[in-house]
Amino acid sequence: MDFELIANAAPQLIAGLDETLLLAASALVLGFFLAVPLALMNLSPMRWVRVIAEGYVYIFRSTPLLVQIFLIYYGSGQFRAAFESVGLWVLFREAWFCAIFAFTLNSAAYASQIIRGGLMSVPAGQIEAARAIGMSAGKTFFRITFPIAIRQALPGYGNEIILMVKATSLASTITILEITGVAKKIIAATFQPIEVFLIAGAIYLSINFIVTRGVALMEGRLNRHQRA
Amino acid sequence: MDLGHLGWGDAGWGDEFARGALMTFAVAVCAFLLCLVFGSLFAAAKLSRHWALRAIGEVYTTVLRGIPELLVIYLVFFGGGQLMQTIAYGLFGYDGYVDVPVFLVGVFCIGLSAGAYSTEVIRGAVLAIPKGQLEAADAIGMSARLKFWRVLVPQTARFALPGLGNIWQYALKDTSLISVVGLVEVMRTAALGSGSTREPFTFYITAFVIFLILAIVSQQAFVRAERWANRGVRRV
Repeated sequence: MDFELIANAAPQLIAGLDETLLLAASALVLGFFLAVPLALMNLSPMRWVRVIAEGYVYIFRSTPLLVQIFLIYYGSGQFRAAFESVGLWVLFREAWFCAIFAFTLNSAAYASQIIRGGLMSVPAGQIEAARAIGMSAGKTFFRITFPIAIRQALPGYGNEIILMVKATSLASTITILEITGVAKKIIAATFQPIEVFLIAGAIYLSINFIVTRGVALMEGRLNRHQRA
Repeated sequence: MDLGHLGWGDAGWGDEFARGALMTFAVAVCAFLLCLVFGSLFAAAKLSRHWALRAIGEVYTTVLRGIPELLVIYLVFFGGGQLMQTIAYGLFGYDGYVDVPVFLVGVFCIGLSAGAYSTEVIRGAVLAIPKGQLEAADAIGMSARLKFWRVLVPQTARFALPGLGNIWQYALKDTSLISVVGLVEVMRTAALGSGSTREPFTFYITAFVIFLILAIVSQQAFVRAERWANRGVRRV
């Protein structure tokens, strides 16, 4: 163990924390907004709407995230002229945009299934009661269905947050200097992989520990009416 | 997009992709088998009466599920290289470069990561076995070993199969990460191809489709396995 190296590398790695958290947070928030309509599409009475949603989820869950990232980041280069003509090239040439885009699409696929499970667990009586007192469909969704569904989906969504934090490490493969990227850079300069990766691993573990605790706390808060 | 790049033979990348797909499949199968070994051992540790063994199991699942697979791969690949270099120098006085066996490192890393998830699946499956089954085995005088092989293992397998199917999918997808340390599987083939033809989309979409096909085909295998494992179960 080279403690001097650890003392030098730790602050640099912690500086990479911002990028990791920003990547994970943006992808999770954007992914969530995409996941809710996807989950509703999954439960739609119209067959073709269901098929689209199911196809999307199946494809994104069956292929590696790394392939999706490379397809967007490197693959877009093949159509550079087309992207330039519609003015989208400024976005697709940025590794940041491509990473968040890929993470968002991926996270939406997983999160939609978690939310779908939550929506399906809402007791029919609750919705009937809402109708009985004359709530509109929109009001029923936002006041009754959605809050109950989120409560049910929270534990599963906690796992998704952890998977997303871990997935951000893949951004290092397209030049983004988040924690794993910084770790790789330090190793290229010092040739001491073990110390550096131990610190990086400890940082990820701490993030995920905090996430786990946070989700458990929130679960307790949302279900406080059920406490004996 | 020029699909001519995907032809067979010297000019096209079709045969390279076929070899890459075989490599991806081989890594995934070996890693999955290894993850079953890790999963069974650590599930046994977590269900043990000894607190030390339980603690080891707990540390394993917490750490390996909490850090990114990519970091595990880098750590084992670079750290393992450093370790091998030290051993080669210490024992044999050899101070040249020691090649790290990428296939073995890849299988080990994915097996180790997936093992943490399968530990939980197997532990849950063991706990799901009705107690009466084990008591019945005792009652008719089965030895501990016979009870293990005839009662515990088959029923654990039945309960664990759906969860293990998910882990297989994870392992299959995680093989793409090994490409970053140079193993020539589907992803690496796509990277090499797009580098030499300047058509990255064509090559990565091919890799995308190959993974999709592998996932769909292997999913069917798990559906069949589940049907087979549940053949003796009464349907209500």
